[in-house]
Amino acid sequence: MHKKITNFRYAFITSIPVLFGYVILGMGYGLYMHNLGFSFWYPTLMAMTIYGGSVEFLIANLLLQHFNPVNVLLLTAVLGFRQFFYGISMLTKYPHHGWRKWVLLFGMSDETFVLNYYTKIPHGCDKDVVRTWITVLDYFYWALGAFLGGYLGGVLHLQIRGLDFVMTALFLVLTVEQVLKEKNHLSSISGFLITLVSLLFVGQSYFMVVALLLLVLEFYLIYRRGGIKHDLN
Amino acid sequence: MTLIERVLTIAIAAVTNFLTRWLPFVIFTNRKEGQQSVVPFVKELGDFLPPAIMMMLVVYCYRNLNLFNLNHSIPEILAGIITVIIHLWRRSMFLSLIAGTLSYILLLNFVF
Repeated sequence: MHKKITNFRYAFITSIPVLFGYVILGMGYGLYMHNLGFSFWYPTLMAMTIYGGSVEFLIANLLLQHFNPVNVLLLTAVLGFRQFFYGISMLTKYPHHGWRKWVLLFGMSDETFVLNYYTKIPHGCDKDVVRTWITVLDYFYWALGAFLGGYLGGVLHLQIRGLDFVMTALFLVLTVEQVLKEKNHLSSISGFLITLVSLLFVGQSYFMVVALLLLVLEFYLIYRRGGIKHDLN
Repeated sequence: MTLIERVLTIAIAAVTNFLTRWLPFVIFTNRKEGQQSVVPFVKELGDFLPPAIMMMLVVYCYRNLNLFNLNHSIPEILAGIITVIIHLWRRSMFLSLIAGTLSYILLLNFVF
């Protein structure tokens, strides 16, 4: 019992930045759908079933157009493309059996991937349990935000401009930690330059897809020449 | 769209989104003698990518920045620099997040 509390407490503390980020971004999303004319059920249920921020914004728009299932599938696949690579990085961290696997994979959003991959989990805690809690908590924050935004939409105009920067700050802090920790900066530098160049040449819609493919190509070339000596982390 | 078409649209998006998260576990797992292991190239790729992805997500957060007209993005840039400097100084995640976000809110609402 005591151990369970420690696992949960550690997960909760780790997830606090996402609590603020997701409730606020989720409210933005709920408000957005409210303004498109949808009942609060739509953002809430979409948050709970799709559970992917950018996909949900897009689907909100598509719901107002003619039914086009192929389009929905392709656009969702393009937007979700990066998650495929989160999955690759989690192959050695997430369990391959049991119910936790399904929870962890279903809930693998950007922020949850980042927390679950980069957070150092202390010795007294069970890694799978902590990661499952982080996943469930993040999911709950997002659904709560979407519900609040959709429900309170017209009633309250409570808004703090700029609070959503907490998400950018979280990524910045974790990037600094990553760069300080690693002995070899090849991946970080490649990631920065390739993504930047892709953004400049391909534009906002597809730059992450292109950047990821280029990164895989780069690693393939390195791998063929004998790989990186294992000093990345 | 009818209600059924809406439900189908949401369902397709939900299933496709889940597939992008789940497929690596389907494709890249070797089943050998009841034991499961990950293909070596993919395993090493999985170790190589995360720092690059972290950088990618930072670039993603700043994707709206116009390199040729930075005036509109000064709060984002300044708050980002403040976050990084404070983090390098104290290495405390909470302090960095609070200082960075607060400075962004103040810059956005009261300065620019």
